Amino acid sequence: MKRKITVTIIVIICFLLQCTLFKALSIASISPNLLIIVTSSFGFMRGKKDGMLIGFFAGLLIDIFYGGTLGFYAAIYMYVGYFNGFFRKLFYPEDIKLPMILISASDLVYNLLVYVFQFLLRGRFAFKYYFRHIIVPEWIYTILVTVFLYFILLKINQNLEKSEKRSNGKIV
Amino acid sequence: MRRKPKFTFPARFLLILLTLCCVGLVYVSFILNISGGPLNTIAGYVFIPMQRGINYVGLWISDKADNLKDLRDVMEENAALKVQVDELTSELNTIKLEQYELDNLRELLELDQKYPSYEKVAASVIGKDAGNWFSIFTIDKGKNDGIDVDMNVIAGKGLVGIVTDVGPNYAKVRSIIDDVSKVSAMVVTTSDRCIVHGDLQEMNANQRIRFNDLKDPDDEITEGAQVVTSNISEKYLQGILVGSIGDLKKDSNNLTKSGTLTPAVDFEHLEEVLVILDKKISGEENK
Repeated sequence: MKRKITVTIIVIICFLLQCTLFKALSIASISPNLLIIVTSSFGFMRGKKDGMLIGFFAGLLIDIFYGGTLGFYAAIYMYVGYFNGFFRKLFYPEDIKLPMILISASDLVYNLLVYVFQFLLRGRFAFKYYFRHIIVPEWIYTILVTVFLYFILLKINQNLEKSEKRSNGKIV
Repeated sequence: MRRKPKFTFPARFLLILLTLCCVGLVYVSFILNISGGPLNTIAGYVFIPMQRGINYVGLWISDKADNLKDLRDVMEENAALKVQVDELTSELNTIKLEQYELDNLRELLELDQKYPSYEKVAASVIGKDAGNWFSIFTIDKGKNDGIDVDMNVIAGKGLVGIVTDVGPNYAKVRSIIDDVSKVSAMVVTTSDRCIVHGDLQEMNANQRIRFNDLKDPDDEITEGAQVVTSNISEKYLQGILVGSIGDLKKDSNNLTKSGTLTPAVDFEHLEEVLVILDKKISGEENK
C-alpha cells in the first residue's frame, strides 16, 4: 500500500514538473522526458509488471491532458516499462551504467515510435531533421536529468523495499 | 495451517489485457470522436489545482526576479517615454480628426460594423505538451466557465488556436503552430484564400508556419501582407489575424503559391490567452 501511494505521488509530481517547470526551463524549446525516466527506472528496479502498470498510467495522464487519441501514449509507455522489466536480473543498485543505457534507449525508442506513428504516417519524411533537432536534444537533456532523478528514485525504492521487508518479517 | 498462495496475474497476460485496453481506447476515441469523458472530469479535479499552484509559484518567482531588474530599466524608460508622449499627443490629435471624418463617412455609407465584438473569457496557460512534438497546451478555464470544443483562442494581436477538448475546469488548446493544425485563411488586401498549416520543422528553424494553395493570379500579394482567418472557415471566426507573409513562391503547377508566414502571436512566451465564447455557426447546423 505504501508503495502504491509513493509511486502514484512520484508519477504525479513528475508529470506536473514535466508540463510546467521543465517547459519553462526548456532549452531551444526542448524539454526532458521525466516520465520515461520513472517508467524505465521502475521497470528495471521492480520488474515487468510494475514497470508496465506505471507506464500505462503515466501514458494515460499524457493522453488525457495533451494527447490526440486516448490510449496512444499509454500503450507506448506501457511497453517501455514492460521491456525494461526484462533487465531486472541484470540490475545492481551500485551500477550506474545499465540504468543510463536503459533509460536513454527507452527515450530514443519512445521518440522514434512517436515519430513513426504521428509524423511519418502523415507524410513527414524529413526524419534526419527531426532526429537531429527533436530526438537527439531531448535524449541528451533527458540523460542529464537522469543523473539526478535516477538516484532519487533509487533511494526511494530502496527505502520502500526496506520497510516492506520489515513489515513482512513481523507477520512471519 | 498453510496459507493459500496469493493469486498473482502473470505479467504477460496483464500486458495483453492492457494492450487490448489501449487499442480499444484508441478505436473508441477515433470512431466516436470522444476524448476522456469521465476521465477528463476526474483528472481535471485532481491535477488542475496542482498545475495552477505550480504555475502561480513560478510566476511569482519570475515576477520578483524581474522586479529588481525592472526598476533600473524603468527609470531610463520613463525619460524616453516622456518624450514619446509629447510626440504621440500631437499625433493623436490628427488621428482624432481623421477618426471623426471616418465616422461621418461610415454613417453616410451605412456600413455596419463588420466584425462584431465577441464575448471573451481570459484564461492562463497552465501546462504545455509533455513531449516535444506537438504544441498543445492546457488553460485553467473549462466547461464551468462556458468554454466548449471548437472555440477560438486568441492572444494579443492574433489567433492562437482552437479548443479541442474540455474538462470541467480546464481546456486543451491546439495552437496553430502545431504540426497537425490547419486553418483556412485569406490575405486582407485581396481576399485571396489559402490554407495555413503548422509545421514543426519550419517553426523550429525559422519560427514560421507554412501556407499553401494561395491563388494570386495578378501577383498582387507581397511579403509582409497580413493574413486573417477566412470567411469560409468552418471553425474559425472570420477576420482574426493569423500572421504576415514572410516569403512566397509560385508552385510548380503555376496556379497557386505557397510559402511561410510569421505568426502574429509569440508562442514561446504565451501566458494569458482569450477564449472567444461565440462559435462559428456553419451552414450545416443552421438547417
